[in-house]
Amino acid sequence: MEAWLLVAQLATLAIILAVIYRPLGDFIAWTFTSAKDLKVERGLYRVVGVDPAGEQTWGAYLRGVIAFSLIGVLFVYALQRLQAVLPYSLGLPAVPEGLSFNTAASFVANTNWQSYSPEVTMGYTVQIAGLAVQNFVSAGVGLAVAIALIRGFSRRSTGTLGNFWVDLTRGTLRILLPLAVLASIVLIAGGVIQNFNGFTDVTTLTGGTATIPGGPVASQEAIKMLGNNGGGFFNTNSAHPFENPTPWTSLFQVVLMLAIPFSLPRAFGKMVGDNRQGYAILAAMGALFVISVAALTTFEIAGAGTGPQLAGGAMEGKEQRFGIAASTLFATTSTITSTGAVNSMHDSFTSLGGMMTLFNMMLGEIAPGGIGAGLYGILIIAIITVFIAGLLVGRTPEYLGKKLGPREIKLASLYILATPTLVLVGTALSFAIPAIRDDVTTTSIWNPGLHGFTEVLYAFTSAANNNGSAFAGLTANTPWFNTALGVVMLLGRFIPIVLVLALAGSLSSQGKVPVTAGTLPTHRPQFVGLLVGVILIVVALTYFPVLALGPLAEGLQ
Amino acid sequence: MATTRGSARPYWVALRYMIVATIVLGIAYPVAILGIGQLALPAQANGSVVTVDGQPVGSSLIGQSFADDDGNALPEWFQSRPSAAGYDGAASVGSNYGPENSDFIAEIEARKAAISESDGVSPDAIPVDALTTSGSGLDPHISPDYAYEQVARVAEARKLPETDVKGLVDAFVQGRDLGYLGEPTVNVLQLNVALSQLAG
Repeated sequence: MEAWLLVAQLATLAIILAVIYRPLGDFIAWTFTSAKDLKVERGLYRVVGVDPAGEQTWGAYLRGVIAFSLIGVLFVYALQRLQAVLPYSLGLPAVPEGLSFNTAASFVANTNWQSYSPEVTMGYTVQIAGLAVQNFVSAGVGLAVAIALIRGFSRRSTGTLGNFWVDLTRGTLRILLPLAVLASIVLIAGGVIQNFNGFTDVTTLTGGTATIPGGPVASQEAIKMLGNNGGGFFNTNSAHPFENPTPWTSLFQVVLMLAIPFSLPRAFGKMVGDNRQGYAILAAMGALFVISVAALTTFEIAGAGTGPQLAGGAMEGKEQRFGIAASTLFATTSTITSTGAVNSMHDSFTSLGGMMTLFNMMLGEIAPGGIGAGLYGILIIAIITVFIAGLLVGRTPEYLGKKLGPREIKLASLYILATPTLVLVGTALSFAIPAIRDDVTTTSIWNPGLHGFTEVLYAFTSAANNNGSAFAGLTANTPWFNTALGVVMLLGRFIPIVLVLALAGSLSSQGKVPVTAGTLPTHRPQFVGLLVGVILIVVALTYFPVLALGPLAEGLQ
Repeated sequence: MATTRGSARPYWVALRYMIVATIVLGIAYPVAILGIGQLALPAQANGSVVTVDGQPVGSSLIGQSFADDDGNALPEWFQSRPSAAGYDGAASVGSNYGPENSDFIAEIEARKAAISESDGVSPDAIPVDALTTSGSGLDPHISPDYAYEQVARVAEARKLPETDVKGLVDAFVQGRDLGYLGEPTVNVLQLNVALSQLAG
């Protein structure tokens, strides 16, 4: 009965994204291909000491990424540790070491996993000068790496990938900042707050006291969604009425999450000189997205499970203004884009509904995935797909005019293996080491039984895939989770980046092989189908056993 | 380029870059948005505060409890949804109960019994939003169904004609955005403010 609400929302979304696909995609391509630096950019390059014309090999590009990210971790860590002496800290003390590390790793890795409750942990200065800055630049890093990979395909025999500092600057200044300003204003108009008021107590109609929170929320909310970060200003994220006051702001936030990831295939097609290649990638992303949101919505409307059946629907953890369809669209978007924001509590979804949010992350954040990371992720799977197709017909695989030799396939394979390894090893260690297991089961897990296992699996899946959403019943502010998830977030971010840049360097140094009758066309529906098939098979083979231990077992009881 | 200077160089660039980024993105950007918000949209930017006789009584976006100090629902006020946060605006939180959690099931049972008793309705006629906690713990809304379900109790407690109270609810039912986004709602604080004025 509520299915038509989803269909109407999806139609609206499809129209908006279709309208912006070409202009935004072309704008992104122009941003990274135009020869001219803006005046403000030239000033920045002088101040930081960068030669914008300096082309970098993949190694130099990577060293820039690593140096910048490491400095970022130290900055965010230091700000949290110094909180007690910073202005606008609401009287909050320094954040403890373990939590500071986890949070610094989380925001630099574009994950925004939050082991903490912001209202009682983070003052305004840490939020705006530490966390929100990373919301911009970690998104900028992801975008830069994706652009470097595209250049690997589009360049011939150069061995260079552009300049990391220039790509970071252009992505942040030309794309993210202007869009964030516009989005902030729209959000304020919808009711999102932007003040430095702290907490205000008022006397209610009944003579009691009500607390109205304050904060510079809109500026953070805009980049939180646009950069696929997802870290809430408040504990309950986009379920909090001051982050997401109305159904239309919720849809607007969905648009913000999807705008850049769904437009990047256009930029990709444009930069490799064949827009059809972009449409093929877009089609694969879109198909997976629609299937996933339909499944989640179906499960939540059905409302299986003892609790939802007794209450008369799956409304636990959902806001009345959103209901089911606006909650499931948001949840799907957030988990399938690596954003990790929530406008309803995933821990309280039906068993199979919760499994869908988990499954979205297990897809590897590629449909459309996070900003930049989604595109490079799906291009890696496209390489694997071409390779598999090549094996079937016995030809050397080629993609976009580049030969995929042993080195390229090895790098792509390692990429596919890296994240699942982190997920499964992290989850397994949580239960295999007796001392840790005792701590995890007594301190951290909130819901008993199979659901508790799913909470831990969800945490590692979210961290390794740099999503950041949670089955939030889990108490993650413990030495084990702060450390393990912090490490997993960094490895889950930077191992893939190393592999992608190495691959980009290797592709960039190749010439272009001419298209022949034997070349597999990678812009046709046949290839899109093959790509979607490979994605689903890889994910299913990797994760089916562990899903069977948690949400599947619970849902099929 | 394997000299010490060469390999340390990206770190110096990164350090200077972070300082500039912090100034531009971490200070100038939020302050600029603050200025725009406070000048152009002050009511929203400051939290959509609801006033009665010039005194703030809450925010139309932040749900409130209409219970006594012991947490017992006050029958003369429309009640908000159950809240895992106890409607503490300084500590938003959801229950995070999984669908099979026995505590969750027990709480639904208890709410069914309590509402059935206080409102004089069949346990099976209670709307789902009255039995479940919201995501934020600060949900300012209830469903129109739950508002209508409370009309008789409120009218009796206030010694008002039911039709007057029902008419008030009619006026505060808000449909879906654009007709298809989200769900119909009734804002509990705004309804209760109007109710208090109705009663004089």
